[in-house]
Amino acid sequence: MTEATSSTSQRGKQGVQPLLDLTNLSVNYGNIAAVQSINLQVHPGEIVTLIGSNGAGKSTTLRTISGLLRPRAGEVVFEGRKISGMPGHDVVKAGICHSPEGRRIFQRMTVGENLDLGAFLRKDATQVAADRENVLTLFPVLRERLQQKAGTMSGGEQQMLAVGRAMLGNPKLLLLDEPSMGLAPVLVDLIFDTIEKIRDQGVTVLLVEQNALAALRIADYAYVLESGHLTLEGPAAELLSDESLTKAYLGG
Amino acid sequence: MTSLVASFSKGRTIRLSEVVERTAAGILVLGVLAWVILNLAKAPTQFFTVLLAGLNNGALFALIALGYTLVYGIIELINFAHGDLFMLGTILCANMMANWLGLTKPGLTGFLGLILTMIVVMIFGATVNMGAEFFAYRRLRNAPKLAPLITAVGLSFIFQNIGQRVNGSSPKQWGTVFDPQSGFSVAGVRIRWSFLVVLTVTALLLLGLTYIVQRTRQGKAMRATAQDQDGARLMGVNVNATISFTFALGGAMAGAAAVLYMETIGTTRFEAGFQLGLIAFTAAVLGGIGNLVGAVIGGLLIGVIQGLNDGAPYGLGQDWSQTVVFSILILVLVFKPEGLLGRRTTEKV
Ligand SMILES: Nc1ncnc2c1ncn2[C@@H]1O[C@H](COP(=O)(O)OP(=O)(O)OP(=O)(O)O)[C@@H](O)[C@H]1O
Ligand SMILES: [Mg+2]
Repeated sequence: MTEATSSTSQRGKQGVQPLLDLTNLSVNYGNIAAVQSINLQVHPGEIVTLIGSNGAGKSTTLRTISGLLRPRAGEVVFEGRKISGMPGHDVVKAGICHSPEGRRIFQRMTVGENLDLGAFLRKDATQVAADRENVLTLFPVLRERLQQKAGTMSGGEQQMLAVGRAMLGNPKLLLLDEPSMGLAPVLVDLIFDTIEKIRDQGVTVLLVEQNALAALRIADYAYVLESGHLTLEGPAAELLSDESLTKAYLGG
Repeated sequence: MTSLVASFSKGRTIRLSEVVERTAAGILVLGVLAWVILNLAKAPTQFFTVLLAGLNNGALFALIALGYTLVYGIIELINFAHGDLFMLGTILCANMMANWLGLTKPGLTGFLGLILTMIVVMIFGATVNMGAEFFAYRRLRNAPKLAPLITAVGLSFIFQNIGQRVNGSSPKQWGTVFDPQSGFSVAGVRIRWSFLVVLTVTALLLLGLTYIVQRTRQGKAMRATAQDQDGARLMGVNVNATISFTFALGGAMAGAAAVLYMETIGTTRFEAGFQLGLIAFTAAVLGGIGNLVGAVIGGLLIGVIQGLNDGAPYGLGQDWSQTVVFSILILVLVFKPEGLLGRRTTEKV
């Protein structure tokens, strides 16, 4: 592979178990099939990106992993254990945190309370305090706003809060749904730098992005989703270097 | 005047009706204030006596109103059965105190029995309310709003029938541990011991509830669930357990109110929940439904208004009690549809 990966990816090695394994996963909204029989693996230490156009089913996939939606068929396996069918709070307990699309921060609570909720299930108070410090160092603007009602922050600030809050869950796997949405270019760079830092701290990341080029630059492996079907997958560097692919799928 | 200027500078056109509304609201508030002062000046002792009676009732309204507002705040359901849960609590209290413990007279044992009964009836209220949520409302959470509402109305009738079966069709009188005569006077105003007990217990419960909601993990989970259920799930909050806990809190408050009511009034009626429930619900709406402080203020306000109307020199008297209470509700809602402390808009998507 190329210099794009500084990770400790185990992908392709024989006998290595993926951290997250989606097998023949199908998800419906009523009669509408949003995700159809997809197979997707995330290995420990990787950044995997899931890209595709609007309505392709990316958020649906993440929401199913988190236990907010039930699959119609197929299953979600995390660390060798089937988690599809579990309630959402047990999925968090298993080690998956999700920064959802549209931020979904608690608007009527303060920034500090939102961060506390990110660590809702954790009992290790000293480690939580250290992680909180880490998040506030990554996003200094949050430190200035700890007492502010989250709903009164700007969209970009709310996005940072959503990402920081998910990090505070101390996840093994972090699901990020369009973390760069609505951010100024300099903040987009900051978010992508941060995602690499998070990965370097040992957290595995599944990243959904509209900004496919930026996502591919930091990712180890990529999947392309089109109308609910996976149409392409491969090492991110290969997808980036293949010009016809970037033209066809990424408009680049 | 400043608000007019501000509105103009924002380029918004001022509707004439808005000015009329504001003026009308101002005149109304001034009118009510003038009426209160007039009553106070005419007969101060009588004024304070009825004021205390009003506060006593208002505290009970507040406790019941909290049950409506807690449940509405978390799942936007108007729990019509809540008043009838209160009524069942009064019947349990009366039977436990008078029949099982044999406590119908003032004294230390009576007081200890009262504490024990209060704990039991609070647990009863919490359990029944949790049961209603678990067996009925939970299954209807994603159904159209009308389905859980009708279910609540149905439960209300079921509770009333149970009350009627246990208590009989006509009211029952009971001896209580509060002697209505005992108390002391301050400047000619009679203060009953029972009034102080009601106020103290209510204040303690409110403090406890505020502590739970604002300071504990459970409270944090409640507030998160109220704002965004899926968002709370993603934080690891067990949403079902949190909703269940909220119903338990509301039921416990109704249980406490039931014991205080029964021991001060000494009467049980199977229809008691309908009227008191409706007034408490009104209090919750008046204060801004979903808002805990609002429910308490709404309850006290209605209690005091009722007290003054029923007993103050220029009051309209008991016959007009309900008319006055609901006129005030309608007026407040016309001018401030979200209630006194309610949020103007919901951020829910
Ligand atoms: N709650 C819902 N009810 C019905 N259909 C839905 C619902 N949510 C999503 N869909 C449909 O499922 C499909 C996939 O939606 P999804 O949100 O997963 O897309 P996405 O890839 O995340 O798109 P975007 O990039 O715009 O966020 C879309 O066709 C969408 O209209
Ligand atoms: Mg999406």
